[in-house]
Amino acid sequence: MSPRIHSQAPVAVEQLVKVYKAVTAVDGITFALTPGAMTALLGGNGAGKTTTIASIMGLVMPTSGRVSVLGSDMTRHRYRVLHRMNFESPYVEMPMRLTVRQNLTVFGRLYGVDDLAERIAALAAELDLTDLLDRPAGKLSSGQKTRVSLAKSLLNRPEILLLDEPTASLDPDTADWVRGRLERYRDARGATVLLASHNMSEVERLCDRVIMMKQGRIVDDDTPARLLERYGRRTLEEVFLDVARGRAHLSEAAQ
Amino acid sequence: MSFSLRRVGAMVLRYWYLLRSSWARLLELIYWPAVQMVMWGFLQTYLVEHTSLVARAGATFIGAVMLWDILFRGQLGFSISFLEEMWSRNLANLMMSPLRPVEFIAALMIMSIVRLAIGMVPVSFMAIAFFGFNVWGLGLALAAFFANLMLTSWAVGILVSGLVLRNGLGAETFAWSIMFVLLPLSCVYYPVSVLPDWLQLVAWALPPTYVFEGMRALLISQVFRPDLMLQALALNALYFTAAAVAFLALLNSARRQGSLLQTGE
Repeated sequence: MSPRIHSQAPVAVEQLVKVYKAVTAVDGITFALTPGAMTALLGGNGAGKTTTIASIMGLVMPTSGRVSVLGSDMTRHRYRVLHRMNFESPYVEMPMRLTVRQNLTVFGRLYGVDDLAERIAALAAELDLTDLLDRPAGKLSSGQKTRVSLAKSLLNRPEILLLDEPTASLDPDTADWVRGRLERYRDARGATVLLASHNMSEVERLCDRVIMMKQGRIVDDDTPARLLERYGRRTLEEVFLDVARGRAHLSEAAQ
Repeated sequence: MSFSLRRVGAMVLRYWYLLRSSWARLLELIYWPAVQMVMWGFLQTYLVEHTSLVARAGATFIGAVMLWDILFRGQLGFSISFLEEMWSRNLANLMMSPLRPVEFIAALMIMSIVRLAIGMVPVSFMAIAFFGFNVWGLGLALAAFFANLMLTSWAVGILVSGLVLRNGLGAETFAWSIMFVLLPLSCVYYPVSVLPDWLQLVAWALPPTYVFEGMRALLISQVFRPDLMLQALALNALYFTAAAVAFLALLNSARRQGSLLQTGE
């Protein structure tokens, strides 16, 4: 992709390399996200997904290469755009002794959300949290915690939403419910979403595009339908296994 | 986006919510300063009755205890608020929010004063009731002592927070222990002249030494020494700036090492 296209993309990653001591976590990857699209970042454990997402947020400084979000270099100017993006992960918790309302109030103020009380009430209604607002976050089930974390990530109506396994450890019903809310948000806001997931049916349902990573490199990048066609598989899970186990046999038609 | 009081206020609110949620946390803020003050107060009462030197020294023991607690608990209040983010695994949420490091530090400084006030104000009234020692009677001198001690406690708190940020909770022990290095060196309970010559050089490099010397001059000779306070202020400005620079360097190092997402041990 040309540098010109990258500079206009909501998220542009160019020749990103991240080395931790002797371990190369990300090895020269380049991609740009399409505005309003939901893109999946797939790969096995240690493929470099989390480092990539952390670099996009500016939490990790690249060894070399460049990450820009909404036109700002995330190594040097991340504070110009952090209020326009947000992140959700079940692995990053919210203060457990604070109630859900207190947590959302604190983060709402950090993000400079206007009419915060109304926004919290609306999100609580949308995410079925109204009855939980005055309960300590630490006393919630994992499904409820995920919904609170999702509410936090949507508080500032982000243009860029980064999700790290948003439905991990949820029962199928709750996971399906969360996916529905994410779809609705993307459609209503026109947000650009990057989703790291191990759930292939989730990716097939939600994502317009799949970037597959292995050992810090991008090994494929296409729409779910095109990947299925090219690999001659019926599900993304089969494609994922082909890539993860190094038996990528593209179908003759696709070749 | 520049410095935002709104974001500082959000963080202060976060810690206030936390304090409010636990009576044990609130009680602990008063408990230790009260125990310290009562113990040293009675020891001083005993020594005054049996030693002419201590009788002349007046309330220096109890005054030293209270000023030491400002220094120690000021740093602890700063560091514990920071550690709360590590313990609750909330640091990544904050670091990817628009909260700037300088706003984070400002909120921690405010919380160290809030926590100190919750502990020390009741204890100061207990000192009046039990031993007739009125720390508020020191007037402007108390303000000078307080400002200098708080600046030192913040400088140490900022440095410790940077170390924990960079090295994870394995460095937590610094938060609890680092200030005790200053206890003998800054001459809390005895004059600097007691130290060997070479150690006096070290003592005079520490801002609290000037405060404790100033307190003794005030309580024993009834002389306020502004020269000592100004020297302490100059050293504090130097150490505070150095600590802030170190914090930013450690934060950048944490970003290079990827340790902001992994905030365990």
